[in-house]
Amino acid sequence: MGNAACKIPFQFAPFRLSGIVYGTLLNHASALAQLGSGIAEPPYLAPPRAPVLYIKPRNTLAASGDSVAIPAGIPELEFGACLGLVIGRTACHVTLGEALDHVAGYLIVNDVSVPHAVYYRPAVRLKARDGFCPLGPAVVARDAIGAPDALTIRSYVDGVLVQESRMGECVRSACQLLAEVTEFMTLAAGDVLAMGVAYPAPRVRAGQRVDIGVDGLGTLSNTFVAAAA
Amino acid sequence: MMRARVAFAGAIHTATPWNGADGQHSAAGVRLADGRLLAGTEVVWLPPFEVGTIIALGLNYADHAKELAFNTQQEPLVFLKGPGSLLGHRGMTRRPADVKFMHYECELAVIIGRSAKNVGRAAAMQHVAGYCIANDYAIRDYLENWYRPNLRVKNRDGGTVLGPWFVDAADVPDPANLGLRTFVNGRITQQGNTRDLIFDIPYLIEYLSSFMTLAPGDVILTGTPEGVVNVMPDDEVICEIDGLGRLINTIAGDGAFGR
Repeated sequence: MGNAACKIPFQFAPFRLSGIVYGTLLNHASALAQLGSGIAEPPYLAPPRAPVLYIKPRNTLAASGDSVAIPAGIPELEFGACLGLVIGRTACHVTLGEALDHVAGYLIVNDVSVPHAVYYRPAVRLKARDGFCPLGPAVVARDAIGAPDALTIRSYVDGVLVQESRMGECVRSACQLLAEVTEFMTLAAGDVLAMGVAYPAPRVRAGQRVDIGVDGLGTLSNTFVAAAA
Repeated sequence: MMRARVAFAGAIHTATPWNGADGQHSAAGVRLADGRLLAGTEVVWLPPFEVGTIIALGLNYADHAKELAFNTQQEPLVFLKGPGSLLGHRGMTRRPADVKFMHYECELAVIIGRSAKNVGRAAAMQHVAGYCIANDYAIRDYLENWYRPNLRVKNRDGGTVLGPWFVDAADVPDPANLGLRTFVNGRITQQGNTRDLIFDIPYLIEYLSSFMTLAPGDVILTGTPEGVVNVMPDDEVICEIDGLGRLINTIAGDGAFGR
């Protein structure tokens, strides 16, 4: 992969990221709750059954310290602080009990989007722009962290705390998510599966700095700038 | 030039078409770079290039959009697929026992050869390295109205079949006029022509590169025409595009996958 963020090295298998990041829609209880009764109304008609994933492709990946460009004509972006599970070995149809054995470690993922209120079929240009997925600052080994579902993610804009997202409030825990996702698609070593974003996702404007911190995982810091005209 | 990536006797090789002049091999033979001549059934076919980001189009033929009761789109309907779904020629794709409607989609795959950012349509084709056939499977039973098409429908293992050959762009003088056909167990079920794309290749490159940098190895699956039908275990599905060859896939049941 030609992207520096994929090359975040770590000193244990699989040693580097594959360059693919899968995000999980509506996996935080707050995100599901905010839809209210609308979850069963058009255009959705029913709540999600299986995990709903999306892809942050390699052009979106960025490292801590990189600046993120806000496209012209868009006043602010939203950013979704997530816990990323770094897959350590091929995970296909794994059981709940063995799910975490397939995780090599964790890192912070910032899933940046152009704000959109409808989740039916948002255009890829809202989520897959260059630099829209900062990762890092490092991959930390699973054994150094303990239970992923006990982690809290804190997001700051210009140093002000704007969100606390507790992984214990996820609809599917790390193990449940891995089991249900790998029922229909295999995850490979170095793939990242992001657990989900809490609602409301904070907003950020050009000139502001976003810091996302998790105890034990460090802080992912990125400044948002206006795109060059 | 047409070339494939195949595994044979302990290594991965570049292979070119070989037509079996000795009469012992079918027309679908290969010649390895080291000179060995083999039947197409003797090798394991891999996707014919190192695949980067997989970008797919929904409803990009007017007839297929009508078939699925969609109105014409204002903007290309783009979705992304992951590398775990990739499969080569002559592979096997699983059909879970509990589903009612699993279908193939024969598509022209456009392979990017040069990085593209903010490229206008006039220069777009200079960024194309070549083409191959794609079969972009879907299982409609799993469709949910969240971030459509959700990955459980479209990003299943073995659900993105690419090959058999990487065909250089120079050998495809008019990619906007290629016939596509799908055969299920030898019976033709799908027919179309790339001249009927709603959003053509230059437009797609212009559109995509306006917000994402396309890199060499990225591939655009340009959508499928009408004629998708349900397929069952043991069905042989062949997707064919003029000048690009025939991409063979077999549907398998849960048993083959230990499920």
